[in-house]
Amino acid sequence: MPELLEMSGVSRFFPGVRALDGVDFTVRRGEVHALMGGNGAGKSTLINVLTGVIPRDAGVIRLDGRPISPSSPRAAEALGISTVYQEVNLIPHLSVEENICLGRQPARWGAVRWGAIRGRARTAVARLGLELDLARQLSTYSVAIQQMVALARALDIEAKLLVLDEPTSSLDEQEVEELFAVVRRLRDQGLGVVFITHFLEQVYAVSDRITVLRDGHLVGEYAAAELPRMDLVTKMVGRPVVDSQPGPALTPAAESVGVPPLLEAQGLGRRGAVQPMDLSVRSGEVVGLAGLLGSGRSELARLLFGVDRADSGQVRVDGRPARVRSPRHAMTLRIAFTPEDRKVAGIVPDLSVRENIVLAMQASRGPWRKLSRRRQMEVAERYIGALGIKTPSPEAAVRTLSGGNQQKVLLARWLATEPRLIILDEPTRGIDVGAKQEIQKLVSSLREKGMAILFISGELDEVVRTSQRVVVLRDRRKVGELTGAEVNEGRVMAAIAGHPVQEATHDR
Amino acid sequence: MKRLRVDAKHIPLLATAGVMVLMYVSGCIAFHDKNFSSLRVIVDLFGGNAFLGVAAVGATFVILSGGIDLSVGSVIAFTTIAVAAMVSKGLHPLPAMGLALLAGTAFGAGMGVLVAAFRIPPFLVTLTGMFFARGMGFVVHGLSIAIEHPFYQAVMRHGAIVVTRHAKTGAPAVQIPSWTICFLLVALAGAWAARYTRFGRNVYAIGSSEHSARLMGVPVTWTKVGVYALAGFCSALAGCVATLYMQSGNAASFVGSELDVIASVVIGGTLLTGGVGYVGGTVMGVLILSLITTLITNANISSWLTSVAVGILLLVFIVLQRVLARGQSAAA
Amino acid sequence: MTADAGAGIPIPHGAFVIGLWVALGAGLVACAIRRSRVSWALAALALLLLFNLFFTKDFFVIDLKPDADLRHWHYFGTLVDILNHGSKVMLLALGMTLVIATGGVDLSVGAVMALSATLTAQAVVAWGWPFWAGALMALAVALLAGAWNGLLVAGLGVQPIVATLILMVSGRGIAQLVSAGQIITFSDPSYTFLGNGHLFRLPFTLTLVVAMLVLTSLLTRATAVGLFVEAVGDNPTSSRYSGVSPRLVKFLVYSFTGLCAGLAGLIAASNVKSADANHCGLFLELDAILAVVIGGTALSGGRFSLIGSMVGALFIQTLTTTMYARNVSSDVAPVPKALAIIAVCLLQSEVLRQKVARALGRAPR
Repeated sequence: MPELLEMSGVSRFFPGVRALDGVDFTVRRGEVHALMGGNGAGKSTLINVLTGVIPRDAGVIRLDGRPISPSSPRAAEALGISTVYQEVNLIPHLSVEENICLGRQPARWGAVRWGAIRGRARTAVARLGLELDLARQLSTYSVAIQQMVALARALDIEAKLLVLDEPTSSLDEQEVEELFAVVRRLRDQGLGVVFITHFLEQVYAVSDRITVLRDGHLVGEYAAAELPRMDLVTKMVGRPVVDSQPGPALTPAAESVGVPPLLEAQGLGRRGAVQPMDLSVRSGEVVGLAGLLGSGRSELARLLFGVDRADSGQVRVDGRPARVRSPRHAMTLRIAFTPEDRKVAGIVPDLSVRENIVLAMQASRGPWRKLSRRRQMEVAERYIGALGIKTPSPEAAVRTLSGGNQQKVLLARWLATEPRLIILDEPTRGIDVGAKQEIQKLVSSLREKGMAILFISGELDEVVRTSQRVVVLRDRRKVGELTGAEVNEGRVMAAIAGHPVQEATHDR
Repeated sequence: MKRLRVDAKHIPLLATAGVMVLMYVSGCIAFHDKNFSSLRVIVDLFGGNAFLGVAAVGATFVILSGGIDLSVGSVIAFTTIAVAAMVSKGLHPLPAMGLALLAGTAFGAGMGVLVAAFRIPPFLVTLTGMFFARGMGFVVHGLSIAIEHPFYQAVMRHGAIVVTRHAKTGAPAVQIPSWTICFLLVALAGAWAARYTRFGRNVYAIGSSEHSARLMGVPVTWTKVGVYALAGFCSALAGCVATLYMQSGNAASFVGSELDVIASVVIGGTLLTGGVGYVGGTVMGVLILSLITTLITNANISSWLTSVAVGILLLVFIVLQRVLARGQSAAA
Repeated sequence: MTADAGAGIPIPHGAFVIGLWVALGAGLVACAIRRSRVSWALAALALLLLFNLFFTKDFFVIDLKPDADLRHWHYFGTLVDILNHGSKVMLLALGMTLVIATGGVDLSVGAVMALSATLTAQAVVAWGWPFWAGALMALAVALLAGAWNGLLVAGLGVQPIVATLILMVSGRGIAQLVSAGQIITFSDPSYTFLGNGHLFRLPFTLTLVVAMLVLTSLLTRATAVGLFVEAVGDNPTSSRYSGVSPRLVKFLVYSFTGLCAGLAGLIAASNVKSADANHCGLFLELDAILAVVIGGTALSGGRFSLIGSMVGALFIQTLTTTMYARNVSSDVAPVPKALAIIAVCLLQSEVLRQKVARALGRAPR
């Protein structure tokens, strides 16, 4: 009897990038199968191919033994593959029962039969083992319950394969448990469940098997019970636990030893974002923030920069208490921030490279003291040269640049404000190797000039190479802080995985 | 707690109903001597803005879907002059109205295609549609045309439901005229369609979250075209109804009616962002508009205070909607 | 068209007219080279003028004639009329451009026009104020009206269509409160000069428009305000992260639009020497929005062009005048107007471009 889902040799190429290269992925009936991998590993691409969002370039997908080629999410749904997304894609103003049956309402003579809708919804919800007020408006329920409704809808469609894409990002511990209870129930009813998440604990709590991807390749498929956490992290990140290549000795800049911190946060936290934690950064020091995606790094950065308001804790700048109220306020404190999602919170797409570069600088001067055109060109050209931004001209619209160059424009924007503390969130994401090194060199030279830097990245080797201290986050809380000789990939990975490292003798 | 949650969605509707009752009761108290609380007044409330009500039912669907229709007044005017012109050329009113309804629906569908398929903002499309329809009315005929036809006379004489008769003469005292009957029928049909047809439910879905609706398999493009076609149909029907009591057609009439329609819909509790609202609420919104006019007339205040009153009510309801929206997103 | 075909092509005389053609040509070339969005509007305007060159008698004729009392000489002609009559929409379009650039819209400008016209007329006629005092007060009120809209949109986060709808509906009623329901006629020389007077032998309204255009251009381009407006309209989140305050920017542009509407209202009333709360500025908000859209500023916000909106306003006015000159009834004129506007919208529509590109076998950009 063929497996429920068999993807063999699936490949997908984008210009210049192999998103997927000959990946195999199998899901059995009645199993929860976790799909894991870091940034750029190919998880999203694999799922997008499976659910019909994008086409594949090679390989075969078989559902119940029959080859399929879904051309759209609706087509995938019709085949029996149902997806529950992180942002619940349901209709907030309609009732629970209506959301379950929308698009397929039972009707007689053109008239919708609400009784039949009630019946079908009740059946679906019962299969989840839940009790819900079916007539209630969906948005009045918590995100956790809304996800349950999305699951119920999948059942109503009579899905065979459920894909859960980061379902627990917005849930608290109790809600996660309830979700897992439902998932186990569905598994016992014979469904196949693909579970994508960054939360290590959750993977082990509910999965039967784990498939690991890295850089578009299949690393392997394992039974969860037989794969220790350390091995899983190693396979995801791709480096052995032992740090075989110690980097150059990193000492903090002389002035920063014994100097009070430029920025000191105590018990800083926000409900739903990060648990309260302490953090400090000194001038002339690079503090790395390490952790897997989803561990709360960007959320912490947003709190520090005033984009989000903290619920708890306090922040001191230069020893004086400061409630960072807004990005503008953070700028007056000479703090800068390059966000991770440059499309949403970074570039202004239709404006030129020059305008993007001078935007923050201009904003800090206010509208009346306009930077002269000549000065703008000067600044723009300086950073275009310094960062190697490839653009046909400073007047080109920023959206025409490649991702890497857009990132550099963002960096230029903030460097132009001459901050004392700069928070870099994934500054090297989507940039080629040569440019990555340039940026790391830049970070070093900024540090030597006395700037305080918070360096956030999911690439451990990069974090370790650039930072004097590393703060480790996992599952939205701080789990460790490493300084000096402790800063190596092994220790960081151990902190992320939650295991004390055994091979102390191998440390540098 | 459960009761409170359910009511949160209905608060705007309850507020509308409350305002309506409040206004009616104050009218009864203030104008007790003028027989405000008589049956006739209630019937007049429905009849005075019957054409507005018919058009507002169609507009409700458009606004529920997250769009807007600025062409209402112009389409009504066009329909009146078109029907009058056809009748004056010898065509029987019924097929004339039928043709006008067809034209209105086709016009609406055309606008719908521009909105749905070409992604031109509804505001812009219906604004241009307003110009177009207004001008086309004048192309048909520049001056007003009176309608004289046995059909119309028959409708005027017999086309009403008699509610009470004079005790002595037996002649009708209070009757519900044909246009009010039309309004009520359209409102009932609209309310039924909103609740009991897939089309209606799809409209709500699209207005609430077009992105999700698309992912869930709702035929977004077709539904949007249908919604504007429906609005065109209702505006044309409103025009036909208007000819009944105007007994004439005039291309220059009903300037600015779309604003009254939108005001009725908003006051009736429908969110301009879409996804929330009821046809019943719109009916109450129309009645409130009628109440404002009646109260102002009875109080002998200048009639231009009407627009100020409408503006204030709009403001109150919009702020209410905004506060509720904030409250819901904070709670979630 | 008639036997005048030969004599129908007027000989453009006067430096003014030659200058016009040169400017138009230069503008088109410049826009084509820079691939500016304004090129569509300019091309449309040029086409329309070309049409009139061949088919409308005396369209380009400009005479220098004395006025009634034989003391002052000014220019007369269709082109002059276009500039004169189009001044209101051009003024409105200045403010509307900025509002639309931030991703919003202002439906209340017509009503604010009526309000400002009525207030000034009332002050001058009934309360005996000097014109400048009345006008100043009316402009202040117009500014406040715009600020009210700004408060609703930026402060409360109400959708712009909805927020400005309130003032659109009630503004005329308030104006009628001021005028006690009457149409106020006036003969104050200063007030009537505004819309009917001449300066440098050209209508004074032209001076006003040019002055406001220069002022607005300075306001947006000599300062960083223009940059902030474009950034906020293009990506409000990125702007916020960069230290710009989208709320403040929006509040300011709505206030400014109120001011423009106030001035336009004064001109409109002055033209007919009376303030009519019901008809002053009726439907002009729609013309203003269309002028901005034709001029190349997208309804979704971002890059804007003041000159483009001026060209758009001139296009609409020329269209109206062309129809008038061809004896098309002013009642029917909205039809070709509507068709022209839909054509421009379709041309600007991304979807159409993709469909055409696909049909031509090219990959969409």
